[in-house]
Amino acid sequence: MTDGAAGAPGPAGPAGPRLRIFLVEDHAVFRAGVRAELGDAVEVVGEADEATAAIELIGERLPDVVLLDVHLPGGGGHAVLRGVLPQHPGVQFLALSVSDAPEDVIDVIRAGARGYITKTISGPELLQAVFRVAAGDAVFSPRLAGFVLDAFAQVGAPAPGLDPELDQLSPREREVLRLIARGYTYKEVGRDLNISAKTVESHVSSVLRKLQLSTRHELTRWATDRRLV
Amino acid sequence: MWVRIGFVLVAISSGVMVFVYAMAWLLIPMEGDTGNIYSRAIGDRRGIRTVAAILVPLLIAVQFITSSLHVPFVGFVGWPTFLALGIIVLIWRNAGESEKAFIDDDVMPLLGTGTQGKGRRWLVARVGVGLLVGAVGIAVLVRGHTTVAALQPVGGAVLVIAAAVVIFGPWWLTLVRDLIAERQARALAEERAQMAAHVHDSVLQTLALIQRSSDDPQQVVRLARAQERELRAWLFEGRPPGAIGGDATMLAEGVGLLQRQVEADHGIAVQVVLVGDCPLDDALRALLDAAREATVNAAKWSGADQVSIFAEVESDTVMLYVRDRGRGFDPEAVPEGRQGIAQSIRARVARFGGMAVVRSAPGEGAEVQLSVPRRERVK
Repeated sequence: MTDGAAGAPGPAGPAGPRLRIFLVEDHAVFRAGVRAELGDAVEVVGEADEATAAIELIGERLPDVVLLDVHLPGGGGHAVLRGVLPQHPGVQFLALSVSDAPEDVIDVIRAGARGYITKTISGPELLQAVFRVAAGDAVFSPRLAGFVLDAFAQVGAPAPGLDPELDQLSPREREVLRLIARGYTYKEVGRDLNISAKTVESHVSSVLRKLQLSTRHELTRWATDRRLV
Repeated sequence: MWVRIGFVLVAISSGVMVFVYAMAWLLIPMEGDTGNIYSRAIGDRRGIRTVAAILVPLLIAVQFITSSLHVPFVGFVGWPTFLALGIIVLIWRNAGESEKAFIDDDVMPLLGTGTQGKGRRWLVARVGVGLLVGAVGIAVLVRGHTTVAALQPVGGAVLVIAAAVVIFGPWWLTLVRDLIAERQARALAEERAQMAAHVHDSVLQTLALIQRSSDDPQQVVRLARAQERELRAWLFEGRPPGAIGGDATMLAEGVGLLQRQVEADHGIAVQVVLVGDCPLDDALRALLDAAREATVNAAKWSGADQVSIFAEVESDTVMLYVRDRGRGFDPEAVPEGRQGIAQSIRARVARFGGMAVVRSAPGEGAEVQLSVPRRERVK
């Protein structure tokens, strides 16, 4: 089962020094598994199994990408994001979890993670997602695309005083998300919509920005409603 | 024996007590040897003291009230009633070992929670206040009868009741609390037992199967995956594990069911992304049947290790996509058998005004797009 990051096949890392990766994950077995899957393509510069230690170590070692477990002892993944990002905005976060709970996923994305994948992702897909995040792009797994569509689906007129640009997805963004949710890679999405993969990426990044910046009341309420179900 | 005889005599002396006697008589044979109860009752000094301590003040209070109200009948009934009550308490106290444990738990608090000095002091204070209030009540009652004030007897009665509450209140509270605690403990035990049964039926069985098929990695993966789904459904969605199957009432449940069935039967991962949800009707059941057909096809023919299902509930239609990244095929030139299957997918949804489109090319994987209109429209 691979809840894969949609994207072009094959890691396309920048030439030169290897990417520096930091793992925040409370299961030692899984940390070892991720290390093995990442292999030599990247350099793992540190690991932490709870939020407080993670915030300290990340600040110290300043990795390129942090692989962040959504569920952590000591405050969850979003605590790490809120502890690190204000001081070190250059560090990119990629959330991963076994939990499929949408509210948790939306929570870490809104706290600043650049993407979300599930732990069952395959090695090559994991690498590809890491490189994509390192390059500043957003990584939307089909599941995350579904969550976002769902969260923005409860449309209705945006409340006055809010920025309508931020509170609604454009029809094109919706199309892109739908295709990603259907399991299309960015390249396939681009071909289907007759746009370039780069344009697809910019749409996805724009969706991520809306997700993070929108003050839309419905987003919070959606997450709360989901939690209650 | 003597207890019973005396009890009978007392009971006969007051018609009311025949009923009480019958109750006590019903209780005694349950505990077995009456002689034993009798001897234990005689030897039970603490019990006698307790009974005396409770009954004598009560008796005096009642006598006061009745005499002040000039109702001799109450007094006449009162004596045997109190005597019978005392005897019942003594019999009950000395009944059986299990009964005794129960009584120890529930009557001892009345005696001042046993040996704790603090509890005893608290009891003394409680009884003191109770007696004081009771005495004032009785005094008011007595005076109320000689004067004309009509409210005074009522006030006295209230005070007597207050006295009873002060004296016996904590005991009642303990009783109620114990009852609640016991009930909670039982519920917890039941839940544990149920959980153990579920875990046995699902996880342990699967682990046994995995051990037995350790030489077949694919089978192990399949078993583990099915078990994971099931466990997740149980823990997070409250669906009981054990059986794959059952009836769904909502689209999300239906898709989840489809996912688990195909994963269990065909050893392929099914990834589901769902946007929105709605109740199932005939059209949507047909859509799910068609989706199952498409998913099973992908599992059988595509060679891919994963099928993606994406369903979106819109205001007037429900769309569902089944996609694989397998070897794909040319929809225009498919072999006989698969054409038939595509037809069956198409026919299923067409009956409800739906559409089915197959998109595929060799080497490109395949996608079946399904849609049916919604009957009950939203917004």
